[in-house]
Amino acid sequence: MQTVKRVISIIVQNEAQVLARVSGLFAGRGYNIESLTVAAIPGSNMSHMTIVTQGSKRVIEQIIKQLHKLIPVYKVIEHDSMVEKEMVLVKLPIDKDTNIANIQSLFEAYNGGIVNASKNVIIAMAADESMRINHCIEAAKNFKPIEIVRSGVVAMER
Amino acid sequence: MKISGAQMVCEAINAEGVKYVFGYPGGAIMNVYDEIYKQNGFKHILTRHEQAAVHAADAYARVSGEVGVAMVTSGPGFTNAVTGLATAYTDSTPLVVISGQVPVSLIGTDGFQEVDAVGISRSCTKHNYLVKDINDLPRILKEAFYIARSGRPGPVLIDIPKDITSEIAEFNYPESVDIPTYKPSYKGNNRQIKKAAEAILEAKKPLLYIGGGAVLSNASDVIREFAEVTGIPAVETLMARGVMGDSNPLQIGMPGMHGSYASNMAMSESDLIISLGARFDDRVTGKLSEFAKYADIIHIDIDPANIGKIVDVDYPIVGDVKIVTQKLLDKLRDTVKPKRYEVWRDLLKRYDEIHPLGFEDSDEVIKPQWVIKRLGELVGENATVTSDVGQHQMWAAQFFPFSRPRQWVNSGGLGTMGFGLPAALGAKMANPEKTVINVTGDGSILMNIQELVTAAENGIAVINVMLNNHFLGMVRQWQTFFYEKRYAETDLSYQPNWKMLVEACGGVGYDVTTKEEFDVALKDAIAQNKVAFINVAVDRFENVLPMVPAGGALFNMMLEYKER
Ligand SMILES: Cc1ncc(C[n+]2csc(CCOP(=O)(O)OP(=O)(O)O)c2C)c(N)n1
Ligand SMILES: [Mg+2]
Repeated sequence: MQTVKRVISIIVQNEAQVLARVSGLFAGRGYNIESLTVAAIPGSNMSHMTIVTQGSKRVIEQIIKQLHKLIPVYKVIEHDSMVEKEMVLVKLPIDKDTNIANIQSLFEAYNGGIVNASKNVIIAMAADESMRINHCIEAAKNFKPIEIVRSGVVAMER
Repeated sequence: MKISGAQMVCEAINAEGVKYVFGYPGGAIMNVYDEIYKQNGFKHILTRHEQAAVHAADAYARVSGEVGVAMVTSGPGFTNAVTGLATAYTDSTPLVVISGQVPVSLIGTDGFQEVDAVGISRSCTKHNYLVKDINDLPRILKEAFYIARSGRPGPVLIDIPKDITSEIAEFNYPESVDIPTYKPSYKGNNRQIKKAAEAILEAKKPLLYIGGGAVLSNASDVIREFAEVTGIPAVETLMARGVMGDSNPLQIGMPGMHGSYASNMAMSESDLIISLGARFDDRVTGKLSEFAKYADIIHIDIDPANIGKIVDVDYPIVGDVKIVTQKLLDKLRDTVKPKRYEVWRDLLKRYDEIHPLGFEDSDEVIKPQWVIKRLGELVGENATVTSDVGQHQMWAAQFFPFSRPRQWVNSGGLGTMGFGLPAALGAKMANPEKTVINVTGDGSILMNIQELVTAAENGIAVINVMLNNHFLGMVRQWQTFFYEKRYAETDLSYQPNWKMLVEACGGVGYDVTTKEEFDVALKDAIAQNKVAFINVAVDRFENVLPMVPAGGALFNMMLEYKER
């Protein structure tokens, strides 16, 4: 069966166990999680989770319905038309020969820049759509990255 | 008023109108038991195993239609209860289970009898709570009962640390709940209902496919009326036996793996399946790609996740079966022409005449099906029937003449051996006027045999009818059919002396080897009015038929077994 990729936002009551309920649902029913982010919604007792998942149309439909069944779940949004962003932090080695301007312009092209520097390493950041983050990471490989950390996707309906 | 957490638990149980609580004490729940001792509201029944406590509460709920309550201690008390929770969850029984937990300060330290109860039970409860603040307890108790019984019912666990039960706080039991994230919908979308009604008028071979949800929503009366007014025939799943009543000519049987020929052909040839609280379980559908190929599907279910989960649905209606069926009926009452479906009804009748449910009786040995049939003749409408899991369960479902909903109590979804006897206790407490028969097997009964003691102690007169084939018969049947008769670990020739066993527990026992003895034993057991155990020696190698082999198409039934 043909699988599709979906970004789902879940608005949940901000209470104990709620993350376990959501991730346990995915594990228990054999659904796939590509990324999951969660944070409190400012000024409310709710949290916003963003999950990127993959599955057949029937599976995606089940995921959404099963999420709705969890008691602390307030809203499930299957994104259609959305702004989607992900962040990446990349740690790169530097020495006196490194062309830092090149690094700077690469990450600027992906809505980021250099966020931290010390004698031997710098940390660069990019914030963009997941696909573009992939490209950014590919290009950054030229600079022999030491460590790469991605945040997972956050999304908002347009 | 300021009271302890333990008192709050008792107050809430009484405020909810609960008459019986089934349970088993231990360290972490002792404060609550101390309050149970002092109060004089509900009665507590001490089972002899926590699993049995949950099954008993489960059956109490199934027969009474009210929320069942069970209480256990932390650690092993809780883990023993898990099978009960999973059983209730799969069959959507409204249940509140209260477990003790180590004190809040010890949680996470691997304390004595500490186990992560909410973690373990998360996937087999409708919802669960770990109480961390006494001020939340009144609200949580109220919510638990509400969540258990509303929407698609299910078990709710409240895990309460010991220090919370001794702490004192203000108690006002809430009148209502306010859960903004939980709003089940009951009414059904009117536009969808209208479309479904139009589809019914268009259909030539419509079929009511009735599931456990029909029992849960007390929809039996309206479904019977619906069938009568429209002339649409019906099949009942294992969970719905009794909804139509077996004397109803429109009720054509049970579909599925051990369903009747007519029912399975009806599912296979129908052009419009009207699912009333059923969920297209794999034991009903058989091979999906061959299932109901010619049918459009109207699916009425209170749980949206059930709709479209297994099969594509043409007319999805989220709502309560009783309410939606009533609305459908109102739409059809003046327009439907029962005559339109006459050819279809006749066809199904014809199928039933060609291959009726039956068995070949014998004079040498008692056939298990005969026992069930005879039970029906002797106790019939006057009985509540519980069962364990195996061949005996299928024969009970096939051959007992059920006449009303909530008359038949079995672990349909999870298939939990050991359910029958504790369920019989709960069923008897819920409806003491009825004779309660537990149809059981020589394998299953030993999984909760200790409950004979509970029954004897409390004078709960239930009658166990054990179809003794000296086998884990259902597994043996599969070994016969699909494993070339390699009977791996299914021979139960070594057995206890059943009569002595039940009598040692304070009940009355009968060993039966002839039909005459069975009649005598059953009549005596009813007259004795105490827990009874009738051990009926039946044909060891009898098979449950028809059978749709797992993964096979519903219309490819094995109607008889031939030695090869
Ligand atoms: C707790 C549990 N363990 C194992 C099984 C698998 N199982 C299903 S039916 C069955 C045999 C039951 O034997 P018995 O109670 O004698 O019933 P019979 O089929 O012989 O009528 C078994 C082992 C189960 N359903 N439940
Ligand atoms: Mg047996």
